[in-house]
Amino acid sequence: MTEFTPLASLFGGALIGLSAVLLLALEGRLAGVSGIAGRLVSPDRTGAPLSAFAFLVGLVAAPFLAVALTGQSVVQVVSSNLPLMALAGLLVGFGAAYGGGCTSGHGVCGIARLSRRSLVATAIFMTTAIVTVFISRHAIGG
Amino acid sequence: MRVAANLLIGLLFGIGLVLSGMSNPAKVLNFLDLTGSWDPSLLLVMAGAVLVAFVGFRLVLSRQRPVMEPVFRLPSKAGLDRQLLMGASVFGVGWGLSGLCPGPAFTALGLGSPGILAFVGCMMLGIWTARRLRDSGSSVVEA
Repeated sequence: MTEFTPLASLFGGALIGLSAVLLLALEGRLAGVSGIAGRLVSPDRTGAPLSAFAFLVGLVAAPFLAVALTGQSVVQVVSSNLPLMALAGLLVGFGAAYGGGCTSGHGVCGIARLSRRSLVATAIFMTTAIVTVFISRHAIGG
Repeated sequence: MRVAANLLIGLLFGIGLVLSGMSNPAKVLNFLDLTGSWDPSLLLVMAGAVLVAFVGFRLVLSRQRPVMEPVFRLPSKAGLDRQLLMGASVFGVGWGLSGLCPGPAFTALGLGSPGILAFVGCMMLGIWTARRLRDSGSSVVEA
């Protein structure tokens, strides 16, 4: 069970939006994390892999900075089921790169640009994710 | 300079994920669990992010060019295609199995647990595979 956190979530979301605006203003790129991660494994060097790597280092460092700033611990409950996590990682990475974006690229940046592709992609992945959780938690009983 | 800017922007993105609660897969899974312990927080995260980006993108794109690059690199595709539909469907299944999408996966990497290491390793493998399978020779820019 997790608590509904409307204000913190709205504020945190606004920071994510601000980050996306800054990246577009400075680099001219959209803040889609799967796209940024993809620039690390891209064969051509036009993707500025060092910049992409720096962005990802920022993501990894963020919880440590949050703890230092707020003094509160960051709760992250990650499954320890290795085969499940490996399969999920594969599907998330493949699906995001094949479909041209993830929750940040399609769900935030694309919707903010009123992109029809992103609206459709977001509706689809929300649906398949909800169905997956329903099956794993209620139909099978996890 | 560019590298430092990317680091700070990534930090801000990550702080947003942490403060909003989205760095916790349990909270994301509860959002997706409509008929169980539903936690609607993710809707407000998206609302806050989309609202700021909607206004901010318009201000930024009214300029001639970005500060550090000669041109804006935005997705050029407009229509729907099989890859978008298939990719989004597959992505959702993985998201629902784990509660992790790429951004939160990176913010959880510092935990160093076998579960998150397996997830991120396989995610990078998945991204690598998909980028090689996708139509080659196109000037697709990722969303």
